[in-house]
Formats: sequence, structure tokens, C-alpha cells
Amino acid sequence: MTRKQRRGVLIGTCLVVLGVAVGLVLYAMRDSIVFFYAPSDVAEMQMSPGQRFRLGGLVETSSVVRGEGTTVRFVITDGAKTLPVTYTGVLPDLFREGQGVIAEGTLEPDGVFHADNVLAKHDENYMPPEVAAKLKTQGVWRGEAGAAAPSATN
Amino acid sequence: MIAETGHYALILALGVAIVQMLVPLIGTHYRDPKLTAVAVPAAQAEFILIGIAFIALMTAYVTSDFSVANVWQNSHSAKPLLYKISGVWGNHEGSMVLWVLILALFGAAVATFGNNLPRQLQANVLAVQSSIAVAFLLFIIITSNPFMRLDPAPFDGEGLNPVLQDPALAFHPPFLYAGYVGFSMAFSFAVAALIDGRIDAAWARWVRPWTLAAWMCLTIGIAMGSWWAYYELGWGGFWFWDPVENASFMPWLAGTALLHSALVMEKRDALKVWTILLAIITFSLSLMGTFLVRSGVLTSVHAFAVDPARGVFILAIMGVFIGGAFALFAWRAPLLSQGGLFAPISREGSLVLNNLLLTVACAAVLVGTLYPLALEAITGEKISVGAPFFNLTFVPLIVPLLIAMPFGPLLAWKRGDLLAAAQRLMTAAIAALAVMILVLAVNQHGPWLAPLGIGLGIWLIMGAPTEIAYRVKLFDVSGSESWRRARNLPRATFGGALAHAGVGVMVIGLVSTTAWRSERIELLAPGESLDIAGYDLAFAGVAPRQGPNYSERVAKFVVTRGGEPVTELTPSKRAFAVEKSATTEAGIHNSWRGDLYVVLGDQLKDGAYSVRVYFNPMVRLIWIGALIMFFGGGLSLSDRRLRVGAPKRARSKMAAAAAVE
Repeated sequence: MTRKQRRGVLIGTCLVVLGVAVGLVLYAMRDSIVFFYAPSDVAEMQMSPGQRFRLGGLVETSSVVRGEGTTVRFVITDGAKTLPVTYTGVLPDLFREGQGVIAEGTLEPDGVFHADNVLAKHDENYMPPEVAAKLKTQGVWRGEAGAAAPSATN
Repeated sequence: MIAETGHYALILALGVAIVQMLVPLIGTHYRDPKLTAVAVPAAQAEFILIGIAFIALMTAYVTSDFSVANVWQNSHSAKPLLYKISGVWGNHEGSMVLWVLILALFGAAVATFGNNLPRQLQANVLAVQSSIAVAFLLFIIITSNPFMRLDPAPFDGEGLNPVLQDPALAFHPPFLYAGYVGFSMAFSFAVAALIDGRIDAAWARWVRPWTLAAWMCLTIGIAMGSWWAYYELGWGGFWFWDPVENASFMPWLAGTALLHSALVMEKRDALKVWTILLAIITFSLSLMGTFLVRSGVLTSVHAFAVDPARGVFILAIMGVFIGGAFALFAWRAPLLSQGGLFAPISREGSLVLNNLLLTVACAAVLVGTLYPLALEAITGEKISVGAPFFNLTFVPLIVPLLIAMPFGPLLAWKRGDLLAAAQRLMTAAIAALAVMILVLAVNQHGPWLAPLGIGLGIWLIMGAPTEIAYRVKLFDVSGSESWRRARNLPRATFGGALAHAGVGVMVIGLVSTTAWRSERIELLAPGESLDIAGYDLAFAGVAPRQGPNYSERVAKFVVTRGGEPVTELTPSKRAFAVEKSATTEAGIHNSWRGDLYVVLGDQLKDGAYSVRVYFNPMVRLIWIGALIMFFGGGLSLSDRRLRVGAPKRARSKMAAAAAVE
């Protein structure tokens, strides 16, 4: 093989691998990305049933109902709008009424959000930034919760 | 007092680091050996000073000195000693001190053990290394001072996030940082070579041990993190493609590529410019990882710091170092002599393929990690890119690499013979095929790709002995001759083969857990039982128990298999009073067959509990594979040839042996 041919093989292989990678990334981008919405967004938009997305907000106080078996129903609110959610499984440790939560799943024709994954983040005072941002824009942000720190000096 | 000592030591360290950054560079520029020689003692002093600061912070934690704000926020007097110590790096400020400590440790190691480096190269490397230290010391002192005092001192601390109170996580950050920061060594060597405008095969021999050590630490650090997530978070998963995980995985991929390209440079004096570029990329990814985790731009478990000032500062550090290094590269790289080209089918060719696939796979992970951030910054839309994306992009790119992996070591340098390599791999291929058919026969259910995955694992594992057999000419020459050859084989050969086999072991674990995992979520009242994967779990009830700094409700499950008692599992829910937080402790029964994994859920009104049970077949192979890779790296590192300066002695020893014969 001449020097030129060798270089050609090298560059050709690089281009093929890169091309395949770009194709895969673009394909995956179209199909496997999950958007994040608050109940108000969902009310505004026309969601097609079966479209996966993440729903974030606060768990509405006294809305949690244990159904038959391990199914749980609750309502997610962002202050303006609410959306009922049903989930089958074990809820995370920090799932509480009045706390921030993110549910992932689909909105079904019955108007109920069927979650197959519920995330509550780790700290009791912690709110997922997505939820906090949405709540701020909705005007129901309650400020940074948590103990006030003693005055700091150097 | 101790906090002030630490603070003072940090500021002194900054001063020393500034000297170490500037004086040796001036020295090498004006060829003044006195100025150049400053680098070595400065690097050692810098390490000692940062060490003092670190010990001061640790002392404050161990003695529960709550007048220090950082200790008050992250510790509590009732916390076990281990977690008081690990609390030092379980928070933003402390972990940054650990970061610069490891940075300085690597610098001091080069200063102390790098006697055989050319003076000029050593001085330049230490100067570059120190410039990184200057940036991060400034960052700590200006935005993240861990020694801030509180007045009046609070009576007791706030406590450490309970999910972090865990032995595996206590050691996860130091290993991870040793990996991240260890790549700074390759970066400093690369930039020093660019400043010098000179680079040769010896350069690669000096860089490789540091890169290998960093790679080993990162491997074990990532494995520990994954293991922790597996048993602590209670989802039974081992990898979530979380941005924080990706932040550590990308430098690992690039670092793995760097290890292999340095090999080509060392042996064949080729791929020089690429290796330099890869060294810069690897450390850039480490810096980006630090930025992603420490700036709080991510919605994630690890992003504790939610302070934009810090984010912007690290972003600036990142911009200066990555931008500066790339600019220097663009300016100086044309000066470096290019190595020769080689046949596509050759050892070099296979290592180029390795580099190509690893870097492209790394790029795919990068896109998936940064795209949501970019989209949010530009359009304000929030998305999450999860496992489906990475399974669709990363896996198809990495599988060809795994298939090609056993071929590489069997090809000769310069020009290899693919057909001969394929013939040597016949045994491995037959073994892989046999296992594939066996798995298919035994396991009718599950995805059809799974048996292929298991076969791939066997193929990788069998590739390792094939390589050794080829090297010692097993069955081609007499047994004693093979034995003699085996003893003369460099340890790096065994190390490489072992690490490759480790990948195979990990693949088997990954595939079987992903494909054949069973899961059941049931409502159980005490006295009831459920069965999964051949096990019977009888729920005996729940009892309260008091731990050192928590109270818990412990469930008891009696596990039997075909009537034979197996074990008792005690999953629990812990409540941490100080932190006002709760964790779930899974009950796990480990065996080679797989892990039985039980999580206790909420209690319902009628007294029943929701219970989640998993069976994860052969899941432990994932971490065993990582351990094997770690030991393979260690074996390679212990090779005399890699120890800088050793080649001469080794050669004279061999000459002596030859003389005796």
C-alpha cells in the first residue's frame, strides 16, 4: 500500500465511524428524549396520548390515596393547575405531601398521568431546580426553606 | 486556632504555587539552572502546605469544632468517626481542598521521583501543574473557604446527608479525584512538551505510568460509586447515565484511549500529535466534570453547591486552561515531528481503531450530557436525556470495539496478519459460540440479543489466554521453552491481558443483569410470602431498632429455596433525626447466581407493606470485572519498563543473564 492509500484508509474509517455516530445521535435525539412540563404547560398544550414526558410540581396536600394493591394516586400542582397522577410501585423515601416531586410517564386519554417512575430528591428542603424554576414563574415560590445560618465571620 | 492555621497554610500554598508556576518557566527560558531548580522544592513545599490545610480541616471535623461553618453544616457530634472523616470531602469546600491536595501530591511525586527526567521537562511540567494549583487555590480562597468561622459557635452541627453516610461512599471521592486529577499529569506533560517544542518516545514512557495510575484510581472510583448507587439508592440499578456519572465516565473513556495511544507513541514513535491532543482532551473532560458537579448546573444527587459565583469561577478556570492548551496546541503542534504512517492491519492500526471508537463514543456521551444544558440555556426548554439515548448511541459504538479487542494484541507492529490472528482466536470463538448456544438452550425467555452479549463476554475473556499462549508459543515449542518465555514476558503484557479479560467479565455481568432481571412489587402483610426466581420470601414482620445516629424500622424476610433455608434479609427504613431525612436500606443476598434484593416500602392502613423485590442475575460480575481491570492496571504499572529509569537496569540485568548463558 502506498502512503496515500494508507492515509485514505485512515481518513475513510474515521469518516465512517463519525458518520455512524452522528446518525445514531440524531436518531436517538428524536426518539429518546423526555421533556419536562408543569401541570400548567400540560393544560396549554395538546399532548398526544402515549407521549412520554416528566411532570414536575408539588404533591398537593391530602391528595395521596392508596388504591388497591401497590397503586397510589396523588395530584401534582404548580399552584395554577393540577393534574392527577397514578403510580404503581414503591414511592421514594422523601415523597411527601407538599413536597416537590417529578413523575415520568404518559398522559392517558382518561386525563390521568400514568407515571412509571417517581423521583423525589434527597433533602427535605431540596426542590428539583426544574420545579423551583416553574414555581417561581407561577408565583407560588415559598422562598428558600431551611434553618437560618448564624451570622458568619471570618 | 487550628482553622486559622489551615487557612494560613492554604494562602501560603498559593504563594508557593505562584512561585512554582513562574520561576521555573523563566529559568528554562533563560537557561538558568538555578531558577529551574526551584521547581522541585517548591512542589514539595506546596504539597506539605496543602497537606497541613487538609489535616487542619480534618482535625476540625474529628473534634467536632462547630465554630467552623463548614463543619457545622456537614457534621454532627453523634456521627460515627468514619463519617466525620469522610465528611471532610462530602461537601463542596472540603472536596475542593482534597482536589488540590491530590493535584499537589502528583506534582510532589514528579518532583521527588522524577530525578531521571530531563531537568527542563521536569521544570516545565511542574510549572504547568502549579498553574492549575494556583487557579484552584484562588477558587477555594475566594469563593469556597472551608475555614470560615461562626460567631457564636452553634451547639451542634447540621449533620451529613444520610445517603452519604456509607463506607463505599467514604472512599469513592478520593479515588475519583485521584483519577480526575491524576490526568492533570498527562496534561502538564503535554503542555510542557508543547512549550518545549520537542517530543519523543521517552516522553510517552514518562507519561504512561502517571496516566495508568490515574486510570486505575478512576476505574475503582467509578466502580465504587456504581456499587454504592446499587445498594444504597434502593432502585437495584447500577448505572443511571446520570450527568454526574457521565462526568466521571468521559475522562475514563478518553483516558483509556490515551493509555493505548501512548503505547503506540512509546513503541513506534507515531501518533505523537494525537497523543498530545488526547492528553489535553482527557484533562479538559476532567475539568468539565469538576465544573458540572461543583457548579450545580445539574439537577442531580451530587450537585450540592448551588451558587452561581462558584460556577462562573470554575467556568473561567476551565476556559483558560482548555482554551489556552488548545491555542498552544494549534500554535506549537506543527513544530512536533510527525511519526511514520503504518499499514491499517497492524498493532498500530488496531490501536487507532481503539482510539477512534473510544473518542467517538465519548463524544456521544458528551453530546447527551451537554445537550439538555445547551437547550435550556438557548430555548429555556427543559428535557432529560436518559438511558434510552445512551443505549442507542453508546452501545452500538462500543460493541465493535469489544469485538475487535482480542485481535489487537495478536497483530504484529507495522504489518499484521489478520487471518493468522483469526486462526489463533478460533478456540476463543468456538468457546464463545458454545456458551451462546448453551445460554440460548437454557434461557428461552429474555431478549434475543442477550445470548450474543454473553458470547461477547466469553470471547473477551478467552482472548486474554489466547494472547498469552501466542506470546509464549504454547504447543509450538516445548513446554519448558514456553515456560521460559512466559517468565520473560513483561508484566505489562499480563496486565493488559488481565484488564481485557476484566472487560469481558464486566460485559457478562452487565448483559445478564439487564436482560434477565426479575422484579416484583407486592403488598405483603406479616405472615404472607412471595416467590421470585426460585426463591421464597416469607415476611416475618417489622420491628423498630436504634442505630448510632438514626432509628429504623427493620423488616425480616426468611428466604428459602426449594424448601432449603437460604438466608434472612432485613431491609429497613432509617430515619435520621438530626438531618430530618430518611433512607432506605435494601436487604441483599449475594451469590454467584445473582443478588436477591429486597426493599421495604410504605405501610398501608391495613398493616400491609408495599415490598419491592428484585433478582439481579450475576450482577456482582460488573464490579468484579472492574476490580480485575484495576489489578491488570496495577500489574502493568509494576512492570520495570514503566518505572522511569528502570529500562537501563533491566537491560543490564538481561545482558548479565545473556552473559551467563
